[in-house]
Amino acid sequence: MEKGTSIRDYDWWLLATAFAICGVGVLEIWSATHASHLAGMHTHQLEWIGLGFVLMLILSRIDYHTIMDQAPILYLIAIVALIAVLFIGNSRFGAKRWLPILGGLLQVSELVKLIIIIVLARFFSEVRTEELGLADLIKAAALVGFPVVLIMKQPDLGTALVLLPLVAVGAYLAGLQWKHALPILALAAVMVPVGYHFLKPYQRERVTTFLRPEDDPKGAGYQILQSKIAVGSGGFWGKGLGNGSQNQLGFVPVRYSDFILAALAEELGFAGVFVALVLYMFLLLRLVQNAQRAHDRAGMFLIMGVTAVLAFHVLVNVAMVIGFMPVTGIPLPLMSYGGSATLFVFLALGLVMNVRLRRFVN
Amino acid sequence: MNDKRLPTERLAVVSYVIVGVIALLLLGFWRLQINDSDRYAQMAERNRVRSIPIIAPRGSMLDREGRVLVDNYPSFSVLLLRDAPDQVEKLLPQIADGLGMTLEEVKQQIDAMRSMPKFQPVVIKPEASPSDIAFIESHRSDIPILEMLMVHRRRYPHGDMLANAIGYVGEVSAEQVEASDSSLKPGDIVGKAGLERQYNSTLKGTDGLRRVIVNSVGKEVGRLEQQDALPGKPIQLTIDYDLQAIAEADFANKEGALVAMDARTGEVLAMVSRPTFDPKDFAIRISPAEWAHLNTDPETPLLNRAIQAQLAPGSVFKIVMATAMLESKAIPADYTVTCAGHANFYGRTFHCDHAHGEVDLHKGIVASCDIFFYNVGKLLGIDRISEYATGLGLGRRTGIDLQGEEPGLVPSEAWVQRVYHHKWYPGSTISVAIGQGAVMVTPIQLARMVAAVANGGTLIPPHLLKSDTGLKSDSFPISDDTVRQVTDGMWGVVNEPDGTTSGLIKLQNVDFSGKTGTAQVESFDLQNKLGKKLKENGWFVGLAPRRDPEIVVAALVQAGGWGSTSAAPIVRDVVKAYYDKKNGIKIQEFTTAKEGHAKMVPTSVAAPALAETQPSR
Repeated sequence: MEKGTSIRDYDWWLLATAFAICGVGVLEIWSATHASHLAGMHTHQLEWIGLGFVLMLILSRIDYHTIMDQAPILYLIAIVALIAVLFIGNSRFGAKRWLPILGGLLQVSELVKLIIIIVLARFFSEVRTEELGLADLIKAAALVGFPVVLIMKQPDLGTALVLLPLVAVGAYLAGLQWKHALPILALAAVMVPVGYHFLKPYQRERVTTFLRPEDDPKGAGYQILQSKIAVGSGGFWGKGLGNGSQNQLGFVPVRYSDFILAALAEELGFAGVFVALVLYMFLLLRLVQNAQRAHDRAGMFLIMGVTAVLAFHVLVNVAMVIGFMPVTGIPLPLMSYGGSATLFVFLALGLVMNVRLRRFVN
Repeated sequence: MNDKRLPTERLAVVSYVIVGVIALLLLGFWRLQINDSDRYAQMAERNRVRSIPIIAPRGSMLDREGRVLVDNYPSFSVLLLRDAPDQVEKLLPQIADGLGMTLEEVKQQIDAMRSMPKFQPVVIKPEASPSDIAFIESHRSDIPILEMLMVHRRRYPHGDMLANAIGYVGEVSAEQVEASDSSLKPGDIVGKAGLERQYNSTLKGTDGLRRVIVNSVGKEVGRLEQQDALPGKPIQLTIDYDLQAIAEADFANKEGALVAMDARTGEVLAMVSRPTFDPKDFAIRISPAEWAHLNTDPETPLLNRAIQAQLAPGSVFKIVMATAMLESKAIPADYTVTCAGHANFYGRTFHCDHAHGEVDLHKGIVASCDIFFYNVGKLLGIDRISEYATGLGLGRRTGIDLQGEEPGLVPSEAWVQRVYHHKWYPGSTISVAIGQGAVMVTPIQLARMVAAVANGGTLIPPHLLKSDTGLKSDSFPISDDTVRQVTDGMWGVVNEPDGTTSGLIKLQNVDFSGKTGTAQVESFDLQNKLGKKLKENGWFVGLAPRRDPEIVVAALVQAGGWGSTSAAPIVRDVVKAYYDKKNGIKIQEFTTAKEGHAKMVPTSVAAPALAETQPSR
């Protein structure tokens, strides 16, 4: 053990919250799949969680300053991986997102998210002015813009979008000035209709479906409608674990992954949703608290990068389940089934622990 | 700037944003799960449960002795389940191919059910053939959206017998569904005409529901409790199959109508209308072409002539004239006229078939002398004729339990004033006096009128439902003396040597009477439409016994010529069959309507003989 770090210094409250969320997720994955040909998924998820925990412990031991020193190389690895996936990646669900690594399939964009968190944290921590200058802002945007374009090519709009709040939160904490923020927001508003033209047909459909679901209630709007039916029919106490008809009979789309909260809302009701969302709120606030207690700005930016990504995941996924946002394919952290996504969150928490362990180091 | 200095304020702002966003999301869940919970619960239930109707069999129709006139046979319809619209879209071409239909036909069937909720299954092929059933069974796994629906279709064991009275069934119309207070749904089979329509609520059962749990691809994974179908109730008719069969056989290749009634109760024993239609054509789903043909056919096969043909009664009307003459006492009972074969009224010459010489009321009826009744009509005047004709039930509906009965018409001064805005021409009375001119009646009115004259003025209520006892009769009292004189005249028509039937329809041991009619067809429009010159309509209304009759039969043979040769023998056959049955003589089994009536006449028929009683003059 390094000097000044002990097992007590891990954030056990944060971990307990994370495991509570994992527990709810495993339970609902079991409920959603036990009676189908997908039965046994929850044990796979448990394995991912276990592996994630181990990786988290390992990552927390390597001083984050050492990691951040390697940012340029990590950035290069990310770009190479993104280009590689476009050429040799495995296609699933019509998108090239997976690279065969270590006998499994790695969703490259999860790895890229982690690397961009590190790269941006280093970039912002090196800005030494009280206020963020325009030149630095543009550099940060370019740093993220390149991988975003590559991820959009896969195409994976969801992950590409996740990187934007990362820049936004980083820039805000680095002293973004209103005189810069407002024109950017205005420009973004203008760019939305232009950007719409660059979307793939299925992406456009998701947006139009979201805006006018009644136009096509049984076609593209089907997923959102079925999700809302599942949520709404759950009522206050829910139909009971394993009793949700929308879930058990397969009306809820990918009920063990992206729409797991719809399945949970149906079976455990508003009460269950309340517990789950309060757990997420606690997790996120605890992350911010850790950022506030970081030893230096680099650690703070690292933790807040993790916070921004996780918060955005929660917001977009939950809003989609209740029809507030279009379908983007962003999973719910720690709850949705998925190896790469689960490993990413644990590795991200590893970075947080890493900073926390070194908060008293001089 | 210090590497250790953190943006504490901005970090705090991030915390508030997190709390705010979570609160907002919880609000969203509250709205769905608490405010709109019931609505979504219903939608979830609709997803989960697929309801397949169990069709209730329709009640059968029996004759007065319980013999089946209409019942059902089981059949299958092909049902398309629409829970998964993308699947429907994808599989439709394959389904159309497998069922031997074009894609357009299938889409039309689905389109016809537009008003039904989107998730309800629709019938895309009403009558599944064995190969259709094989197709569905062998594609259960890859085409899970087809289902077979057991239905009951109408079976008519006797072909087109009684078709116009029975009516037909068909798919309920959009208007009927709307008017039904949701007791009917699109695709339901209901009575559209005749008794099927009149007694639809009795005949129609209540469909049940088979409720199964299905998954998101429409595969059945469980069952819920089943709601059994309640079969419709059978109805027993007053029709006597034996009499009906004989009447139908007599009408083979003829056009016209017949009504036989129990003259005491109004029970309709037989009702024929020709030409008719084959109700079987309606049992499945009538093709638009066939339907158009039935509706535009100038011979109007859908018209129930027994209650809907409004025609001049011809000389049968002389029964009304005789009654009016005696009852009104406007003319002495011993009034006589000399018939020279023609006479002049109001500057126009009117003819009679022969010169009858000296004619009194009895001879006037027996020989059907027009000159006698022209004079009676002139003396009575149109309003007195109208009073008695209306009183005896002509020109108004009898109230039989069938839809669409026509009223006919009895002209009067007030009527001509109302409709034509001029005064009644006295010359018109002369035509009316022999049942021509504006007067129009239906066969059932004539039957009831003759029965009323013979029973002293009781207008019996015609009906087809056996359990309809205790119906109220109308009354138009007629004195015994009048009844005696008029019925003796009708006896003479059948039994006296100079009667218009020339003694050809006499029945042994039956007090059979009646009156012939031979009416000119005045509608030139109809003649032009048919492209042929129409012969006169032949009428005969017969009854037995002559006073307080048990049975009355009115027959109309359109373009049949003389009533005595066209309609009278048919009435004779029916009355004879009635008495043979009553006396326990077996009536030969009815075989097919195509064979002539000769075969139908019981072997006991003897050569016409003089009746044992002579009428008193």
